[in-house]
Amino acid sequence: MHELPVTESILRIVLRHAEEAKAGKVIGISLRIGEMTDVIDEWLKRYFDYLSKGTLAEGAKLRVERMPVIFRCEVCGETFPVKIREIKDVVCPACGGEKAIFVSGREFFIKEIEVI
Amino acid sequence: MSEVRLIEIKEEILVDNDKVAEKIRKQLWARQVFMLNLMSSPGAGKTSLIIATLRSLNESMRAGVIEGDIDSLVDAEKVAQEGIPAVQLRTGGACHLDAVMVELALREMDLSALDLIIIENVGNLVCPAEFDTGAMRKVMILSVPEGDDKPLKYPLMFTVCDVLVVNKTDYLKLSDFDMKTLKERVLKLNPQIKIFEVSCKTGEGMAAWTQWLRAEIETFKKMTEEEDHGRV
Repeated sequence: MHELPVTESILRIVLRHAEEAKAGKVIGISLRIGEMTDVIDEWLKRYFDYLSKGTLAEGAKLRVERMPVIFRCEVCGETFPVKIREIKDVVCPACGGEKAIFVSGREFFIKEIEVI
Repeated sequence: MSEVRLIEIKEEILVDNDKVAEKIRKQLWARQVFMLNLMSSPGAGKTSLIIATLRSLNESMRAGVIEGDIDSLVDAEKVAQEGIPAVQLRTGGACHLDAVMVELALREMDLSALDLIIIENVGNLVCPAEFDTGAMRKVMILSVPEGDDKPLKYPLMFTVCDVLVVNKTDYLKLSDFDMKTLKERVLKLNPQIKIFEVSCKTGEGMAAWTQWLRAEIETFKKMTEEEDHGRV
């Protein structure tokens, strides 16, 4: 639901870096977004195509690398990926322990851009 | 033909919002005003919790409220009726408050006359979780009729909050809401979170929650004062 302000932010950051690097054109943008966040890739891409018109980033390909949600078993210490919407069934694959806590999966950053 | 160059960025997407939020926190620290960001679904009881909380803190704390709504003044009017200074932010469709909006609201408030500001965020468990507003603490409400499966549907919100207030406990006997299951689910996502069970309607459980809030504000004040003395 908040993809529009998020996309505006992405474009602002990308253009700042592209200008600093004296790039002629941005051709690719790589994002890292954790599975925990509710941003919808399809809308990011649509808004991006719309907002980037007439800028250095027009036509750039937006790639979203989804980072898994990781839990750590409190019994044996093993870390493992979890399908977050099914958290009620979190069981450690190593020891079968049922006590595990959230470790990561909230990534929300721009990794790199490709420019020419 | 020009060559393709790869530029490493590694920058948070919401970096601009985070910078404004940090600026707000510094400003409030300097003015010794504690700010709390209150989030929940629509109808979970944000306005009721604010009014009940401020009634019980009334003697000792001077409080103000920032109301975030998509397009109405209803909540701000309710709060203002209590004699509490309120600033209404109408987001005009946006589903959350961000730091820039909060900064605008703070300009309308007399910070020297306040100890506490509560932000009543837009009713929504998704978007507000992503945006830092400059508050010192994030608190969410989950009301009993919403069900104990909310942590499965909106996990991010549960991971970012410092406190979960479970409201409308007076409905517990009418529902199949399982408090033990809820707590297990929440604590898996966020082992540090504090959980208070309250009913704004009957007042049950409110004392423990307001006691926590009062202690947080007092600790905050003490820390800002110590820094003040340190400077002198």
